[in-house]
This record gives sequence, C-alpha cells and structure tokens, in this order.
Amino acid sequence: MSDYASCEIKRPLVRMVRRPTASLLHRAIVYFIALIGALLTGALLIFILGHNPLDVYVSMVQGTFGRAISFNETIKVAVPLLVTGMAVAMAFRMRFWNIGAEGQILIGGIASTAIVIYGQNIPQLPKLILMGLAAMLAAGLYAAIPALFKAKWDTNETLFTLMMNYIALQLILFLQYQKGWQKERTSFPIIRTFSPDARLPRVYGIHIGWIIALVLVILYFIYVKKTKHGYEVSVVGESVNTARYAGMNVGKVIIRTMFISGALAGLVGFIQTAGADGTLGEGTSGGMGYTAITVAWLSKMNSIAMVFVSFFIAMLDRGAKSIQTSHGIPASAAALLTGLILFFMLGSEFFINYKLVFRGRAYHG
Amino acid sequence: MTKEDKLAIRMRHISKSFGKVQALQDVDFELKEGEIHALLGENGSGKTTLMNILSGIYYPDGGEIQIMDQDVAICSPKDAFGLGIGMIHQHFKLVDVLTVAENIVLGLPPSEETKRKRLNQTIRDIASRYGFDIKPESKIYELSVSEKQTVEIIKVLYRGANMLILDEPTAVLTPQETEKLFTILRAMKADNKAIIIITHKLNEVLAVSDRVTILRKGKKIDTIKTSDANRQILTEMMVGRKVDLAIDRPEAHDRKLMLQVNQVTAVSSDGRKLLDRVSFDAYGGEILGVAGISGSGQKELCEAIAGLCPVVGGSILFESEINGVRVAENLVGQTPEAIINKGISLAFVPEDRLGMGLVASHDMVDNVMLKNYRDNKGPFVDRKTAKKTAEQLIDALEIVTPGVKTPIRQLSGGNVQKVLLGREIISNPQMLMVAYPVRGLDINASFTIYHLLNEQKDKGVAVIFVGEDLDVLMDISDRLLVLCQGQVTGIVDPRKTTKEHIGLLMSGAEREEVGA
Repeated sequence: MSDYASCEIKRPLVRMVRRPTASLLHRAIVYFIALIGALLTGALLIFILGHNPLDVYVSMVQGTFGRAISFNETIKVAVPLLVTGMAVAMAFRMRFWNIGAEGQILIGGIASTAIVIYGQNIPQLPKLILMGLAAMLAAGLYAAIPALFKAKWDTNETLFTLMMNYIALQLILFLQYQKGWQKERTSFPIIRTFSPDARLPRVYGIHIGWIIALVLVILYFIYVKKTKHGYEVSVVGESVNTARYAGMNVGKVIIRTMFISGALAGLVGFIQTAGADGTLGEGTSGGMGYTAITVAWLSKMNSIAMVFVSFFIAMLDRGAKSIQTSHGIPASAAALLTGLILFFMLGSEFFINYKLVFRGRAYHG
Repeated sequence: MTKEDKLAIRMRHISKSFGKVQALQDVDFELKEGEIHALLGENGSGKTTLMNILSGIYYPDGGEIQIMDQDVAICSPKDAFGLGIGMIHQHFKLVDVLTVAENIVLGLPPSEETKRKRLNQTIRDIASRYGFDIKPESKIYELSVSEKQTVEIIKVLYRGANMLILDEPTAVLTPQETEKLFTILRAMKADNKAIIIITHKLNEVLAVSDRVTILRKGKKIDTIKTSDANRQILTEMMVGRKVDLAIDRPEAHDRKLMLQVNQVTAVSSDGRKLLDRVSFDAYGGEILGVAGISGSGQKELCEAIAGLCPVVGGSILFESEINGVRVAENLVGQTPEAIINKGISLAFVPEDRLGMGLVASHDMVDNVMLKNYRDNKGPFVDRKTAKKTAEQLIDALEIVTPGVKTPIRQLSGGNVQKVLLGREIISNPQMLMVAYPVRGLDINASFTIYHLLNEQKDKGVAVIFVGEDLDVLMDISDRLLVLCQGQVTGIVDPRKTTKEHIGLLMSGAEREEVGA
C-alpha cells in the first residue's frame, strides 16, 4: 500500500467556523475590542510621528465636544451625512448599488440655487420650500435615469450612477462661468452667495437642517418598515423572482425607490447650499456621497442606528481636523487615523459572524 | 481475512457541525473493496456531509479516517483524488463546448498519456470494460443527461479512482437509464472497485447494493446486509418508527374543465424551444401528474401558466364561473399582477421555494402576506391580519418554528414547504400547481403534503402535480402527463399503464397520440 503512504497527516492550523447568530452582548464586546485595537494601532502611528498619543486623542475629543462652537460644527457635518446615509440605504435595501449620491447632491444644489437666482422676489418661506422641492424633484429624476435603464435593459447601476457624478460635477463647473450664476464683481469662477432670505433659519445655533434630518429618520423608518412600498423594496432586494411571482411590477419599484433615494440626496444639496455654505460649489457634496455608503453599511440600513454612526464619523472628521491645527499632524496622517478606526470597526464584523478554531483544540463529539 | 473483507475505507467517530447544527455525531462508516454500499437517510440526515468529508470538501471537527489501513487527513478534493476517492456530484461540472475526452483530462498536466489518440483509446478501453456507451469525440452539449453522468464517471475512473461515491445518481434518469447505470455499477464491482451510492430511494437500495448504512439526524443507526432488508425495515430505521407507505387516491368526482392549454410554445433567449406545442386539459376535482426527466419543460410549463414565462404561441384558457356564466380568460401575455387582479385564483408552489415562492430572510408574517399585501386600503401593510393567518397555519399544519417572527430560512425544509403550500391553499384557489412539492422533505412531511393535495382535489380544485418520483406520481395522479424535451409525449391513466411504458415516453422513445 505504498501509494497511499505519500499522504501524511497534515491537519490545517486554523479553520473558520460560522457562528450561530451573535447576541447583542457579543456584538458590543467585539465592537469595543475593535475600537481599542484601532486606538492602540493609531497610537503607534502617532508615536512614530513623534507625538504623545494620549495628548492627541484628548485634543481629538476636545475638537468635537470642547466648546459649543466645535460641537455645532460636528453636528453640521453629521446632518448631511445622516440624510445621505438614508438616501443610499434606501437604494441598498433593494440591492441597487447607488454610488451616485455625490452627483445627486450636486443636482439638488443646482436646483435650489436656480430658484434663488430666478426667483429673487419670492418671500422667504415659500422660497425655501420651493428650493427644497425643486432640489428633491431634480435629484430624484436624475437618480431615476439609471433606474430606468436598469429596469428596461438590466444595465449595471454601479458604473452608471458613478459616471453620473462626473456629469453633475462638470455641470457645476460650467455654471460657475454663466451670467447670473457667477459671483458679481469678480472674474473667479465662483457661484454667487445666497441672499439672507434664501438661507435656512437657525434653531439653537445650528441651521434647521438637523430638525429636518431627525424628522426624516422617523419617516424613513416608517416608510421602510410599515408601508407597502417599503415591503416591496425589501422583497425586490431579496429576490427579483419572488417579487415577480408575487405580482409586483419590479421595474416600477426600482424606478420609484431610486427616485426617493435621489430626492433625499437632493435634499442634502438644498441643506448644504441654503444651510451650511450659503452658496454652491464643487465642494458642496464634499465626498459625502461616498462616506454615506460607510454610514449605511455600519448601521445595517437602519435609520435610527444611522443617527449614531453619522455622528461618530462626523466626530472622527472634526477630531482629525483639530489635531491638524493643535499638533501639526499632517492632514494625510489624520485621514489615515480615521481610516484605521473605520477599518477596525468594519473588519470586526468578521468576528461577529465567524469564529476561528485552532489545531489541537478541535473538540470531539 | 478473505479478499472480499478487505477494508477500503474506515471512518471512525466522525463529527461535524455547522454553527448550532450538529450535522454528524460520532459516525462510523466502513467500505469494503468490491462492494456496492448504499448510504441511506432522509434529507438532513448527514449522508452528503459524510461523503463531502471523504472527498475533501469539508474537514471534520473530530474523528479519524483510514484508507487502506493508513491514517490520512483529507484537506482538499486533490488529497481525496490522490487517495483514489472520486465523487460524482448531483450537479455535473462539465464544459459544454468541449468534447468528452477534453473534459476528462481538463486540469491534468499534459503528457504522452493525454495526447488525443492515446487518450481516446484509453477512454474507449474504460468504456468497453464497464459497458459504457460513449464516443470520446462528442461535444458535451450534444449529450443527454444520462450520457453526461457517464462522462463524470469515466472522468474519475480515468484519474485512477478505485473508490467511487455517487450522490443521488438516479435523480435525473429514466427507469431504463437507471437499470443501465446499475449494470455498470455491478461491472465495476466485479473489477474490485468500491462504490458508495447516496440515495433515499428504497427500491434502488434493494436492487443494487450489497450492504446499506442508515443515517438519521447525523447519527449512524446501523449497517446491515441488503439481503436481510426490506422496504419496511429500511423505512423504520430511516424514520425511527413505523410508517404506512401507501398513498391514497380517492375517486375523482365532479370533474369540471378548468384549464385548457392549446399548442403553447415557449422559446429561451438563445432560441431553444422550452415548450413545443404543449396541449392538455386540467379538471377541477382531479390530480394531473406531470412526469419527465428533469429539464424537460416542467418549470417552464408552470411558469407559463402563472404568467412568469413568456409564451410565443398558443393559448392558455382558464375557465371560471362569474354570476353563473361560464367564461374563459386567456392567460397568455398577461403579467402575474394582471392575472391576480382579474380575480383568477391560481395558486402556485414553485420548484425554487426560497428563491421564488418565499423570501428567505423575511419572517413568516411577511411571507404569508406576499401575495395579498395589496388587498387592504391605504399605504400601510396589514401585518395584524397576516400574523393571524400565520398563527392559523402553524396550528393547522403543525409547522415547527420558534415563532412567527423567525426568518423562514431557519426553518427545516418540510416546514418551509408547509408555509408555502399553506399560504397558497388558504387563498382558496380554483387551481393549484405544485412543482416538486416533496423534494428534500422527510417521509412524514411528504405524506402530509400528499394528504393536503388530496384534500384540495376533494374540494374541487384542479391540482397539477409536477414530480420526480415515478412511484409517487403513479400512486397519486388521476391522469399522468409525460413531457420530453418540451413536448407532451403522452397523457396516460396511471392505473392502466406500466412504469416501463412511462419510462419510454419520458425518453421520447415512444409517443402516444395526444388528444384523448
């Protein structure tokens, strides 16, 4: 039997074993360990840069909560992130990978700016409402284009929505040179600043966008969990075959849901232009369309969880900026630190779903 | 120790779990050289898991394996091949556009042996030694399902396997092809190969095997000589208690024409005919069985009636009575939505339960309302009513589930099917189509399903039963329609015909005048 002797016993060192559904406590512990791991790894990075890690972390927290103004700034970052998170999550629930929130935000911004420019005589309140509606409608229609192609010809929505971001960006660059849009008395390609009556009012020192966002959190939750539309979205996302079998018009559901997704992103464009910035520019979306994807995934498409996650990410963002000024840490290193923390948080998902079994500890029976 | 008693494989104390599920628990298994060993068990009993461990697909949590008296660890299918173990899976892994010979050497390093002429000769030698009927030059797409299986078997033989594992090999074969396969298996046995055949069909165990090992819920029950076994003994070991194996066929009464399918043709996107001028009638108060080798158009037939598969020609007339007037509605060209809106109550239990009939990650409440969530007014879904319906189904059909909020995918196969069939029945349909309703179900659950179908028949529902087990189809159907390559080759009375005759209709070797 020498032909068989060549295969000696060679047991694998580590095996992955799928874990039964993890308890809430287990989840919390894994996230906590991941956070500690991220902070320790980050500490190493800071140490190599020649700073005291503890000092840096303290000033990161101070940059977020330290003074009222820094807290307000954090909220100002969190609000658009939260609404954009809901926008992409709406499409993601349907397994429609909308990578185009970035462009949809810009289109929303363009639409509300158009109302400011062409409707100067409208009183403040109707003007603001009109701006919001125009932003939602324009961005909704913009997002419905890839949905239509997906429904009719099964095109790839990821590439389609991504490419449309660049179209929206170029449109803004074009408008910056247009008469009426370009800021007066300057040759710089900048869009004019909004008049005070086209700005969102403030509540507790922050523009009213935060109230809009919180109302949307509740509306999103109800729409997704309680309505027939929300039910259809979840069935289409799970299996198109089942949806057809149940007599759903799959194309209609895809287009409608993407319209809503785009409209939410468009609303962010309105909130950013009329609230935070008071003008429109290439930076209006500021990469939020992409960061929102992280928000949506980390919160498992749940809008309540998104409130906390978007605040957390805004915190990291503000903290990273503050250590740039306080310790002179370069922006790239601060971004690296933020990336590390997110990497650990997302990577820890693995340990929630799987456990590792090492050789020699295999159990019998 | 005589030659016959030499052990080829010895597995001891094998355990394997997937998450919370203990798939195998302390299982021993022995295979002798030159024997055909049947591995018998219901779905979920662990028989495929055990064989996947042997062929290197899974690694056991505990236990030892000896091949030819040597301790071994099988970490990959490659290791298994090195030891002479070859597995023929249920789903074939062949490249359609290559020839038989090319598929057989695919992945092997080139050598003198794999030169085309030499290779073809080797394949012909293997074929003639065991009685295979195959040409090495044929392309895979020209072959029938049974010929493709032959290629898979030759592939493992060519690579030097002397221990063969066949996973449910007869599921795709006609009775005649099954008999041919068994002849080949016996020839291989005479050549001192050791063969394991995984199955849940008792007749086949009795017909071909020397010994049989029975698994139940991940545990080994016993290994016995086939000559000491009969259907009753094997069933009891498999299920764990006495089971009555007779299927009822109550007399059909009040037969009423419900569905007229005329010359229906459906074409796939690459121009192949999926259904070829299919015509038949279905009556309320009877069960119409549909038999055929898998992939003969059964799926397309059901989906055409349900409005899910586009039809290029013919008509499907659904007869119903509205205010005492008999009307016929043509279903061809209508979407499922339109069919539902017209008030045509057509229930359909598709073959792909979790991919089409149900939403796997949703709970029972959300699945129960899948087809009628539009019925209430307003923008909100009515989960209260759906929850009541779900609880009603749990009681009526004895569905085992932790609760109505548990995701459907966590239920066992039998319970999943009860949820699906229950939802369809509770809508009070005029017609009920079921595709492979007992696939993967244990004997007990299967009989519950047969009973439910008979109940519907008794209520005057037109039942169309697409099945794969000919014995069951012949026992339960009032009439039996046979499909072959998208054509109807016969509609027979199962009480007045033989299994052999149906087998010939399934393979297209015979054809009955349809129209009777």
